[in-house]
Amino acid sequence: MSQVVDVETPGRRPIEIPAIVYRVAGIVLIGLGLALMSDAFLTVANLLNVLRQTALLFLIASGLTLVVLAGGLDLSIGANVGLSACLVATAVQATGSVAVGIAVGCASGTIVGVINGALIAGLKLKPIIATYGIMWVLNGLTYWYMQGGTIYGFPGTFRQIGSGYWLGVPVPVYLMAIVLAAGVVFTRLTTWGHQVYAMGANPEAARLSGVPVTARLYLVYAISGGMGGVAGVVYLARLNSAEAGIGDALLLPAIAAVLVGGTSLFGGLGSVPGTLIGAAMLTLVLNGMNLLVISSNWQPLVTGAIVLLAAGIDTVTRKRAEARG
Amino acid sequence: MTDAAIRAIPSWAARAARIPGVAWVLPLLLAGFAIVEPGFTSAPNLLNIGIQSAILLLLALPMTFVIMSEGLDLSMGALIGLSSVVLALLLVDGQPLSASATAAIGTGLVFGLVNGLLVVHGGIPPFVVTLGTMGVAQGLALAITDGASVVGIGSVLPALYSTTWAGVPFPVVAGTAAYAIFHVLLYHTRYGSYVFAIGGNREALMLAGVNVNAYHVSIYALAGAIVGGAGLLLTGRMNAGHPVAGIGLEFDAIAAAVLGGTERGYGSLPGTLLGVVAVGVLKNGLNLMAVPSSVQVAGVGLLVLVVLMIDAARRPRS
Repeated sequence: MSQVVDVETPGRRPIEIPAIVYRVAGIVLIGLGLALMSDAFLTVANLLNVLRQTALLFLIASGLTLVVLAGGLDLSIGANVGLSACLVATAVQATGSVAVGIAVGCASGTIVGVINGALIAGLKLKPIIATYGIMWVLNGLTYWYMQGGTIYGFPGTFRQIGSGYWLGVPVPVYLMAIVLAAGVVFTRLTTWGHQVYAMGANPEAARLSGVPVTARLYLVYAISGGMGGVAGVVYLARLNSAEAGIGDALLLPAIAAVLVGGTSLFGGLGSVPGTLIGAAMLTLVLNGMNLLVISSNWQPLVTGAIVLLAAGIDTVTRKRAEARG
Repeated sequence: MTDAAIRAIPSWAARAARIPGVAWVLPLLLAGFAIVEPGFTSAPNLLNIGIQSAILLLLALPMTFVIMSEGLDLSMGALIGLSSVVLALLLVDGQPLSASATAAIGTGLVFGLVNGLLVVHGGIPPFVVTLGTMGVAQGLALAITDGASVVGIGSVLPALYSTTWAGVPFPVVAGTAAYAIFHVLLYHTRYGSYVFAIGGNREALMLAGVNVNAYHVSIYALAGAIVGGAGLLLTGRMNAGHPVAGIGLEFDAIAAAVLGGTERGYGSLPGTLLGVVAVGVLKNGLNLMAVPSSVQVAGVGLLVLVVLMIDAARRPRS
């Protein structure tokens, strides 16, 4: 959030910078706590693992961040990742080609995003209901497509995308860096990016000042869908196995990452790097639970509680900002 | 559309415009399944649709209130699972049905209260609050059961579930009673008027001196309690408590309410009933066609989107 605000309204800098500092400090604190509680935390292998999981979650949540910034919502993102992963699995096994797999993932994800855009920007359906409906449509389609089966065992070159290393750093981390850079450039330096913020802050004012709201809505939903497809490719390459339920548990963490990263659900406030921080925090907490041998059954509870906490902080911050004027 | 054009519409057309899109789609569904699946129109199957729809109706009625008040409750599916698990664990422990049922309803009530307080007093968007409590409820249900079904709940609840009164199965009786209560509550009490007004014109209600926040919280609390109660039907039907059995039921409930034309400030319980029947018919028909339930959700999703599109197309352009 600091980026745009820093550039355009320097007067608010004293409010915005501490927010990021708090979050980074939060990550350090969680890290310190975990290092004290578990010997396994501060090992290179585990830290690389955390980094890789963070990258995966960030890929899923990055496009969602743009949608939320624009004042929308994409509840179909998890199911989108799932369907894309399953389609990619078939494509890679049928052709043996990594490029075809990536193309299929990007295409299927983007198509879903454009459909969301058509329902919301074109037919003016409410984003929550439309993307929630699409979520279940995708969910059912995935189960129908997989017929209860599992597809596993992919070529080594494909698996490199998810589980490989380059110069000692997991490959998804490079993807994360590229997406992060693209996200920052888009939101900070392009007119379109600024229009997305404007739409989220006040759609009517944005429309009246000439922002092509419909076109930008299509854009952000297409990006969110496309990132879901990309994430599906990486996720599949990481797991080396696809079954219909692959995307079922991804929505809650993605929303949590966006929220914890300080992007407001009311639109217009937040940032792509914030979502990276949110993803890192959430991954650290879940990783810590793993290291402390806490059953994964507790994960939805913890993620849900984090969503509530972050949403509460978001609301309080916004109210304070409004009170300040 | 100008004011003059609106006035020029004859009253029967205005009435027709108020009929939700599902009323046009439902006959098509019925006719389609009747043609494709000969067994669809048999009496036992129609009764079966009623039994299967009872739980959904119990969720869709309070969901209608929640959506009318400009809200959404995504936690219902996880919550009915948690209530069912609580109920089953207590029954396995040898507690009487009355105490176990009270605990299940109490669990629902607590979650509903938390939802309401966070939405109304916390000012957090309803979908985030209930997405969070969905995670909490689902996590709790999984954690206290280790993810396994709770079996051996005795015979009292299953016996109650399979009771028939004058040939009418217990779930249908429960669903009918719940509908009657909600109908009277919404259309014939002051509480119902407030439910309409909270989503329609909250400001006016406040200026009239009504404690709007308390009523708004009560909508969520009521929803939680009813969902907890619906946990009895779910447990009775499965003869066990299963932590994830309710996952996704909230979507069917939202679908039923939205299909029935419910939106912020406007809701119609007959519409919701039609929506429940439509979802029930669709799922039953797909079942007969041997479509697995994990795939049926796509059908429900499509049905919602199609009906919403019909409604959007019929809405006058502003």
